[in-house]
Amino acid sequence: MINKQVESPAAAVADIVDGSTVMVGGFGEAGSPIELLHALIDKGPGNLTVINNNTGSGHVGLAALIENRQVSKMICSFPRTANSTVFPDLYRAGLIELELVPQGTLAERIRAGGAGIPAFFTATTIGTPLIEGKEVRTIDGRDYVLEYSLKADFALLKSHQADRYGNLTFNKTARNFAPVMAMAATTTIVQTANLVKAGDIDPEIVITPGIFVDRIVTVHDPALESKLVAEGVKYPS
Amino acid sequence: MNDIITGWNREQMAQRAAVDIPDGCYVNLGIGIPEKVAKYVPEGREVIYHTENGLLGMGSTPEPDKQDPELINAGKKPVSAIPGAAYFHHADSFAMIRGHHIDICVLGAMQVAENGDLANWSTGAADAIPAVGGAMDLVAGVKTIYVITQHNTRDGSAKLLKKCDFPLTGQAVVSRVYTDLAVINITRQGFEVIELAPDIEFDYVQQRTDAKLINKT
Repeated sequence: MINKQVESPAAAVADIVDGSTVMVGGFGEAGSPIELLHALIDKGPGNLTVINNNTGSGHVGLAALIENRQVSKMICSFPRTANSTVFPDLYRAGLIELELVPQGTLAERIRAGGAGIPAFFTATTIGTPLIEGKEVRTIDGRDYVLEYSLKADFALLKSHQADRYGNLTFNKTARNFAPVMAMAATTTIVQTANLVKAGDIDPEIVITPGIFVDRIVTVHDPALESKLVAEGVKYPS
Repeated sequence: MNDIITGWNREQMAQRAAVDIPDGCYVNLGIGIPEKVAKYVPEGREVIYHTENGLLGMGSTPEPDKQDPELINAGKKPVSAIPGAAYFHHADSFAMIRGHHIDICVLGAMQVAENGDLANWSTGAADAIPAVGGAMDLVAGVKTIYVITQHNTRDGSAKLLKKCDFPLTGQAVVSRVYTDLAVINITRQGFEVIELAPDIEFDYVQQRTDAKLINKT
């Protein structure tokens, strides 16, 4: 019988080791798998490469993982956050590397990684400093830059519903990067607020089919990043 | 001659741009003054707003008790979804952008050049944390790019130039600029002023611009 459930966030992230590449779902706090991130802080692997649109807020979740000095490189589109100086301080001190990728190119590189497409051409960044060192080709009279796909050892994601097969639905704009990250990681780990019986998610509305998911852990009342930040919570305390 | 004359305020700039949003189009609005355009689209026109984090059919800001931290816009502010809205993942959202499905994008700017070059993501300062978000994807993919910006920076420097000094967001992408002083088309000939704010003279706009303006008012 297929059953992808694991008993705890700690068990779900137990095999993430030093030097892993980890995709983390979420756009700001929407879709951020905060309990999985905190389990990764507890487990403690370092020298991680993390792929996320941002660099976290306050001193919880992704920002806390960075602040705990477990991340050596961020691949993201927007590393500035109004309420966090964690990444900027480390970056200015030369203690963390940044690969800046436009948001749409980031999403497509991840999608390509999951879809078996090694690289693609896009017009995004033509004429900007971000094409430096990249191959440019003219196709039908327009210039395009070659972008390589992105894959990861692990993806940490948050879903609204999940069943034991790993079929997923999401809540509103919390979907963001999760479906493409689920495809692009060797091991996709999902925290879900609602574990339902197989068949309870109508096949017509499954957003991520279970084939892209490896582990499901139930987190009934996931913490809200903005609430933790407003309360001044710091992880680990 | 260096006296500052006030033209349109921020609300009026948004209102002026909104007049040019046609019925039935799909529009992406940037953060800041561009966001205000939605509330001034003339009655009788139906416009669908796209927010690149994954929503088509973005509605207004809900009351605090109706807000969902997982229903936000690209500026990470709470929004609502209109009846008939759709959610989608980031790769689909940027396929809408890169695939030329979005009709109009209204963005802010640090600098705009007379050939339509746009700089709006970095001053190029050595200690700046580079952050680009979706701006480069939007200008490369959306059919029509409008800019709303103050005509000059706070210290009075021109933002409309022969050539941008800041690193570009995109090359020859802007087709029209709405400033506090004028509405300016970007054509093969350069900046063409098509409308002036009330009590603003063409010569005054020219003085405050670092490129030659063509008077088409």
